[in-house]
Amino acid sequence: MNVVTNNKWIGQRTIRPDGMDKVTGRAQFAADTTMPGMIWGKILRSPHPHARIRSIDTSKAEKLPGVKAVVTSKDIVDFPIEKGAVMLGIQDMRWMCRNVMARDKALFPGHPVAAVAATTEAIAAEACNLIEVDYEVLPWAIEIEDALKPDAPILHEFNKWEGKPSNIVGRLEHKKGDIEQGFKQADIVIERTFTTRPVHQGYIEPHACLISVAPDGKTTIWSSSQGQFMVRAMTAHLTGIPQSDIRAIPAEIGGGFGGKTIVYLEPVATLLAKKSGRPVKMVMTREEVMRATGPTSGSKSTVKIGATKDGKIVAAHGTFYLQAGAFPGSPIRGAAGCSFTPYDIPNLLSEGYDVCSNRSKVAAYRAPGAPIGAYAVECVLDEVAEALKMDPLDFRAKNAAKEGTKAAHGPVFPRIGYLETVEAAKASPHYAAPLGDGNGKLRGRGVASGFWFNAGGESSAQVNITEDGNVVVTTGHPDIGGSRAGIANICAELLGIDYRRVSVIIGDTQTVGFSNLTGGSRVLFASSMVVTQSTEKIIQTLRERAAKIWNIDPEAVKWENGAAHPVSPNAGQFEPLTLEELADKAPAMGGPIGAGVQLNTQGADGGFGTHVCDVEVDVDLGIARVIRYTAVQDVGRAIHPGYVEGQLQGGVAQGIGWALNEEYIYTKEGKVDNPGFLDYRMPVCSDLPMIDCIMVEIPNPKHPQGVKGVGEVPLVPVMAAVANAIYNALGKRFYALPMSPPKVLEKLDEPIRQAAE
Amino acid sequence: MAKVHVTTTINGEPMEFLCEPNDTMLDALRGPLGLTGSKEGCASGDCGACSITLDDRLVCSCLMLAVESEGHEIRTIEGMAQGDRLHPLQQKFLEMAALQCGICTSGMLVASDALLKKNPDPTEEEVRFWLAGNLCRCTGYDKIVRAVMETAAEMRAQ
Amino acid sequence: MTELRYLAPETLDEAVGAFAKAGSAARILAGGTDLLVQMRSGILKPGVIVDIKKIPEMTAIEETADGGFRIGAAVSGMALAEHGKFGKVWPGVLEAVNLIGSKQVQGRASAGGNLCNGSPAGDSVPAMVAAGAIVTIQGPDGRREMKVEDVPAGPGRTHLKPGEILVSFKLPPRPPASSDAYLRMIPRTEMDIAVVGCGVSLTMKDGTVTSARVGLGAVAPTVLLVEDAAKALIGSKLDDAALAKAAAACSAACRPIDDKRGTIAYRTKVAGVLLKRTATIAAQRATQKN
Ligand SMILES: Cc1cc2nc3c(=O)[nH]c(=O)nc-3n(C[C@H](O)[C@H](O)[C@H](O)COP(=O)(O)OP(=O)(O)OC[C@H]3O[C@@H](n4cnc5c(N)ncnc54)[C@H](O)[C@@H]3O)c2cc1C
Ligand code: FES
Ligand code: FES
Repeated sequence: MNVVTNNKWIGQRTIRPDGMDKVTGRAQFAADTTMPGMIWGKILRSPHPHARIRSIDTSKAEKLPGVKAVVTSKDIVDFPIEKGAVMLGIQDMRWMCRNVMARDKALFPGHPVAAVAATTEAIAAEACNLIEVDYEVLPWAIEIEDALKPDAPILHEFNKWEGKPSNIVGRLEHKKGDIEQGFKQADIVIERTFTTRPVHQGYIEPHACLISVAPDGKTTIWSSSQGQFMVRAMTAHLTGIPQSDIRAIPAEIGGGFGGKTIVYLEPVATLLAKKSGRPVKMVMTREEVMRATGPTSGSKSTVKIGATKDGKIVAAHGTFYLQAGAFPGSPIRGAAGCSFTPYDIPNLLSEGYDVCSNRSKVAAYRAPGAPIGAYAVECVLDEVAEALKMDPLDFRAKNAAKEGTKAAHGPVFPRIGYLETVEAAKASPHYAAPLGDGNGKLRGRGVASGFWFNAGGESSAQVNITEDGNVVVTTGHPDIGGSRAGIANICAELLGIDYRRVSVIIGDTQTVGFSNLTGGSRVLFASSMVVTQSTEKIIQTLRERAAKIWNIDPEAVKWENGAAHPVSPNAGQFEPLTLEELADKAPAMGGPIGAGVQLNTQGADGGFGTHVCDVEVDVDLGIARVIRYTAVQDVGRAIHPGYVEGQLQGGVAQGIGWALNEEYIYTKEGKVDNPGFLDYRMPVCSDLPMIDCIMVEIPNPKHPQGVKGVGEVPLVPVMAAVANAIYNALGKRFYALPMSPPKVLEKLDEPIRQAAE
Repeated sequence: MAKVHVTTTINGEPMEFLCEPNDTMLDALRGPLGLTGSKEGCASGDCGACSITLDDRLVCSCLMLAVESEGHEIRTIEGMAQGDRLHPLQQKFLEMAALQCGICTSGMLVASDALLKKNPDPTEEEVRFWLAGNLCRCTGYDKIVRAVMETAAEMRAQ
Repeated sequence: MTELRYLAPETLDEAVGAFAKAGSAARILAGGTDLLVQMRSGILKPGVIVDIKKIPEMTAIEETADGGFRIGAAVSGMALAEHGKFGKVWPGVLEAVNLIGSKQVQGRASAGGNLCNGSPAGDSVPAMVAAGAIVTIQGPDGRREMKVEDVPAGPGRTHLKPGEILVSFKLPPRPPASSDAYLRMIPRTEMDIAVVGCGVSLTMKDGTVTSARVGLGAVAPTVLLVEDAAKALIGSKLDDAALAKAAAACSAACRPIDDKRGTIAYRTKVAGVLLKRTATIAAQRATQKN
């Protein structure tokens, strides 16, 4: 495929199709929808981290005036453990059915045990309080160390590890060469152990849905998710309603970052709606979001890296234990698979362990697992570079993976842009700038790199020419970060018309073909492939119709600037036929003009980034602040640079939060002690500097516009970049996140060295 | 509960509505008044997605009882554009990609407007501290701060 | 479900009458930035809410005849900031009130609510304590006055009697070369509850501190007046030794807890650090004015 050059719209900062609705308050998010006769659903949640549910008595709740339906796990379709996995994407329905409603055991505080629908929210809440649950409270384990102890309480007794019941529910390894031999060649070997805390995706919009089930079972779901098809499939599985009867309409989504790739409310609300015969609305409170929806894993990682005196990495070993929460499925694939991937390491062993514990089930969070692994690896690399007295970027450049490098997780790399990101970081004004005087505070600079797989997968699009000669594009992936703007640019480019004539909408499950989740940084990659092919089909039709009118061969017609032209004067002398004219003539010429394409897209190359971070530390209070930040990334092709930069800047901000303050804090009773924004402490506007972006564009040769996924890579290097910068400022290494003021001050009670220049 | 009758002014228009005495202004806006542009991200004053003005003072509508609006003037995101003419901040947010998912956008715009009314020439630091009560998880704030500063410069030039 | 009644009396007498009559189920509403959060989270289910913002005295800022200030209990931080003179005389009190929450919160939140909410971490309280503010209280038995530091009784509790309403804060007139400052430690730059807060008010003469008061927040069940720290400052030129002694006094006064916001060790150490910084700023302000 040819990469388009000399673009008019691709690469332009156009105004996004959905922008107007969002700046005027018109946009409909899930909680904004209402229906006549609508009632409210509420969930009763377990107060215990671990308890056997002996019985549930809902009779008092059912008698409360205003209550219309009550649902417990009996109403949810069961997927028995012993029957084996039933996978939907990466989710096993055996765990999903138990996550949306606890069956025999409640596994974390906040685990749903019953739900009520009533005429008002207040009545529903009161009814929840009337449900009597007989719990047998069990011992619990939240932290990885506790869950791995020999006498640890076991969440899933059926699970065996090395023959014994265990909380280790999975292992994965990537291997290359022989690490034992490799470490023997090393002149220097550094091994460190790191921990990170669970952190939440922190989307500002709580989960919400409105669901109507007609007496014939026809179900309509309005909800906020990263995939209406995922909502439909999971709801179908968990309620028994066939997919053809469920219309899942994607509302505008107020952030997800991976956290909205599974369902929490929809199956429950569907059953409440079915039982009550009334449309049911459910909206989580912020507290419910924090207690019961997916943070990512807390972790414990050990990384050992060996290098020769001349700066070549000869061996590396990483062991990553990730907390899965209540059910198996922590992102060990990202941690073990991505962390060493920027480097060409001949001898490598990277292992991931999936550990269950009594907190909410993890959900994906931006490059799931990769930031956790990269934090450990990139911090050790910093130490190795320092020991070798090498500039940390030169050290990375020297070991950079390139075209032809075989990654431990399998692929042999095609042309990749990692080295270019390191070189661009090195050449950046930021890296050249002096750190400056901190006025009593110590300053430091750190760097780190990161990789994420990126994804392709199923995608569908329908492109229609309207009767007045404009364009409507329908795709199937919810747009969180501006993908509609990118699609408009591409379609306008191909058709040679003003981008404002292209309207892009996200279809519901019954109006557009199957499209996989908005996740894995796939959306623009995959949807622009299907939109391109659809548009090319349309252009073909337009050329054929012009050819027919002109009575010449279709091959003698070209499409340019929004009109059909004869390829050359030889083909004939005709006035161009514009899109409008051809649309006008469509009824007489074979009918409406439109095309749809559905693909399982392939060729999503991984993405690499390299970041430079400056911090300033108040050594008396232990407060570290990021004062300058540059994110360099190979973005393939920036179709809409504004929204590509936006992905980089947003990812960096999340990483800074993860590095410095964000964490789940637990009470002695095993409950989340900071289930609100105030004490969870995500970065606010005044916490951050401007975030500079350097977009390296090495087009993806397997994509018509050269697109690579860009959304996830930017979170991967951040925590290590911040940690390395803090080390540079203080001369102290931190092996645990977050580097919050009490922890920094504790470290600083040891003597301080001068800030490095 | 007996509902309370409230008479107020919203975006310049006299309005009446019924609410529970413990309903917040945000509940009333999003419920009986049908103005869902103000969003609920936390219901505890932490995210600013529900920002409105009460007699020209920026407040969180989730931290105000609906009954308190009796006799006062409320402005919301829905009142920011004049007919089909966007407020310069709205226009600039669009042009500069200062929104991604858009859930924070209403609150950001209302808060930024309140800032520029009070301080037409804010420094970056002033913008950042003024907007500290408006969480955005998508953008890293960079483009939002730039859009506010640029709008301020353009409005001053006019 | 209990019925909630909302009352918005226009006189103090009416408010006191209604508040006393409703008994323990009643709550005063000032800015509501604590009350509404507590109601929403289900911690509190009041039967009657008495909104005091329609009572002129509650929202007034007055310069008293002796050159002091009287601030209504429900005056919002923003309104206080807009007063032409107050912030010049009491910059520390003003900055403390306006560290409360976001701009949105500051548009509503009052020093009265901050004090009556009874949080040991309330930002305006240490500054008011340092300022030597006196509060006026009115209840079924009439009016009385109290020192600010005597109001808190413990987390979430005050020494107001049933039916009593906080009416105003009285700040004393300032001798020449006096000023104040307030600093708090929070992990972020905004939108956090103080891990430690420190207010210092000083009067200087020829570079020497002639009088001082120190208030310390978030390090004990109630905000503390740290007299030993003040003593260490008085008579000094704020040299390192005096600051160190005052800082040590602050650390010694701490009786903190380990919680999600900070550890005992951290709070104890930071109390001293903040004292030094706050005293230095207050002194700069006091001398600049001359
Ligand atoms: C997002 C957010 C951030 C915050 N950040 C901070 C912060 O940084 N620092 C800080 O100190 N606080 C903070 N707070 C807490 C709160 O804003 C302050 O405590 C504020 O000063 C409360 O004032 P108010 O007028 O809103 O009080 P209200 O909520 O109206 O009242 C608080 C309590 O005091 C009682 N009360 C109020 N006035 C009187 C009176 N005159 N007489 C008797 N009783 C009375 C009420 O019944 C209630 O119990 C924050 C709150 C939020 C929501
Ligand atoms: S909803 Fe009001 S501040 Fe979050
Ligand atoms: S744009 Fe999504 S939270 Fe701001």
